Amino acid sequence: MREAALPPPRRHGRLVVRLLLLAAAFFGFGFALVPLYDTLCAAIGFNGKTLKDAIAAKDLPPSAINYQRKLGVQFTSTLMPGLPWEIRPLEPAIEIHPGELRTTRFLVRNLSDQTIVGQAVPSVTPTVAARHFRKLDCFCFTQQTLAPGESREMALTFIVDGDIGDEISELTLAYAFFPAPKDPG
Amino acid sequence: MNTATHTLDPHGAHAAAPTGILRWLTTTNHKDIGTMYMTFSLLMFFVGGAMILAVRAELFQPGLQLMKPEFFNQLIGVHALVMIFAALMPAATGFANWMIPLMIGAPDMALPRLNNWGFWLLPPAAILLTLPFVLALFGIGDGAVATGWTLYAPLSVQGGIGVDFAIFAIHILGVSSIMGSINIIATILNMRAPGMTLMQMPLFCWGWLVTAVLLIITLPVLAGGVTMLLTDRHFGTHFFDAAGGGDPILFQHLFWFFGHPEVYILLLPVWGLMPHVLSTFTRKPIYGHTAQVWSFIAIGVLGLVVWAHHFLTAGLPVPALLYFMYSTMSISLPLAVLFFCWIATMWRGAMSFETPMLFAVGFIVLFGIAGLTGLVLADVAADAQYHHSYFVVAHFHYALFTGGIMGVMTGVYYWLPKWTGHMYSEKLGKLHFWLTVVSFNLTFMPQFFLGLAGMPRRIPDYALQFAEFNAISTVGSFILGLSQLIFAYNIWRCVKGGEKASNTVWEGTSGLEWELSSPPPHHSWETQPVIKA
Repeated sequence: MREAALPPPRRHGRLVVRLLLLAAAFFGFGFALVPLYDTLCAAIGFNGKTLKDAIAAKDLPPSAINYQRKLGVQFTSTLMPGLPWEIRPLEPAIEIHPGELRTTRFLVRNLSDQTIVGQAVPSVTPTVAARHFRKLDCFCFTQQTLAPGESREMALTFIVDGDIGDEISELTLAYAFFPAPKDPG
Repeated sequence: MNTATHTLDPHGAHAAAPTGILRWLTTTNHKDIGTMYMTFSLLMFFVGGAMILAVRAELFQPGLQLMKPEFFNQLIGVHALVMIFAALMPAATGFANWMIPLMIGAPDMALPRLNNWGFWLLPPAAILLTLPFVLALFGIGDGAVATGWTLYAPLSVQGGIGVDFAIFAIHILGVSSIMGSINIIATILNMRAPGMTLMQMPLFCWGWLVTAVLLIITLPVLAGGVTMLLTDRHFGTHFFDAAGGGDPILFQHLFWFFGHPEVYILLLPVWGLMPHVLSTFTRKPIYGHTAQVWSFIAIGVLGLVVWAHHFLTAGLPVPALLYFMYSTMSISLPLAVLFFCWIATMWRGAMSFETPMLFAVGFIVLFGIAGLTGLVLADVAADAQYHHSYFVVAHFHYALFTGGIMGVMTGVYYWLPKWTGHMYSEKLGKLHFWLTVVSFNLTFMPQFFLGLAGMPRRIPDYALQFAEFNAISTVGSFILGLSQLIFAYNIWRCVKGGEKASNTVWEGTSGLEWELSSPPPHHSWETQPVIKA
């Protein structure tokens, strides 16, 4: 048996502070994921999210319309619970050429006797096609207010850009119409 | 190994310790706190078990017999939250509190007061989780959280006050777990006996070290996620509201960024204790100590980057699907290393089958089934069929009941004589083991077939063709639940008295904890042992 020399008492303060900082950093990381996720989804088209903002005609790639190729585009729409509306695409399916500017319309009608605000949320399938689906104008960019019994044709102007992959011959744009959140964010 | 004096004397000043309930409220002793964690865990194990027996009773026959679907939904969600956060995690923390200081030759945990606080946060959190059940009886609110334990948005954004109670319970449990983890890391890094290198450190401590790091990394993300849920519910934010520019799938990412590592958080302490048990009852040294340490670390790291396999059907793009499939499957490699090390430890050993060894071997076999069915679920093509079916329910109960809870039972039987100084009843232990194993398989094996046949999980009623397997499963679950009373009785008997346990308890033990008396003195290793390589 030998007496070990007494070591200086270990202080845990620095380690504890570092570990707390690590925990705080990952709390922040959770919140950082919100914009990060949005950016990722928009950049690679995860979840079929289309680009949020309109592009102006002058920003369009000057690619010529590719008349050699045809793309089927289908439109569908769903109403989320709590929205007493009716919505349907006036053209359920169309054929376009990549690079061609097109406008299509949706008929939306308020079935209730109250003024209601709605917000449409788009999604594109297959998801990889989402970032090639460029909207110049869309009723989904803003909230839509319909008076009691009012019906309105809502327009979507879009272009499917020319560099969309050859493996895609058909894509679907689905709108989900939500009751607008009370406090628009 | 040589024992020499090496005094830390952290207990000098508190000779006059309070007695009775005050002792437990104010204790900073790692053994007292470990005992409280274990007791709380056992109690909540029965609470969570009673809930799921009610569920299984409802599922005994097709149709609605006993409860409304809303109440059914509350029971399954709270069952999971209670079992994970209030039964399994506290059991592992109880082990850590009791055993880590004994194993590394430290006089106590590094931060004893924090330790006390960490425990006493648990009962309020458990009350928050279950209180909405009681409030509903008095007409306040519509019961407990009814979203399942995953709290998926937008359902959880629309849910009643039960969701708010669950959110605050998760916050409190998270704070408690993070404090516990910081304490364990500080103890392991700063208070090992002189001469004990990290690589020489017992595997149980290694399992816990990786668990603690995972907890500190992932729990804050869950806390952030449920905080967003709270602000979405009450303060007009739209993190998960598509109409407001948010995305409900984001919640799934936040949840499973925590949720998948959580599986390893629950299992790593058990994987750490398993080699000690196997080595003891085969009377051979642990095979592949270093390989197991690196496997723990590899599983911890890989576990952080595979979360989306929990929602492969949510509409992820193909490259993401492929990434999450292959990364998930790659976890089976370090896990296979662990399995081979466990088997190699037993290989040609002088094996004897006392209760802890029975549980350990049962764990290896049944947990293997969890691993293999996990590989099937990780396959993107197959998962399209199995997702959200009873196949998943069976898979994760093979992982968390046999991997988690049977692992904890292994540890309880293994260390109980050390903690109490008495031997438990070997006869009752063996009876408990056989009843548990047989009834567990009776409960969950049919659920694999139900899942393959297409029965979805989380429904109170089902089509007639599922009736037979559900009836078998319910019978099994009641035997399983009732057998646990033997476990509780055996522990009670052992705490009260019984045959005296020797210091080493078992024939083939090795390690510092077995050099102390059984039970160890209230303050142990005040003179730290010196380890000679």
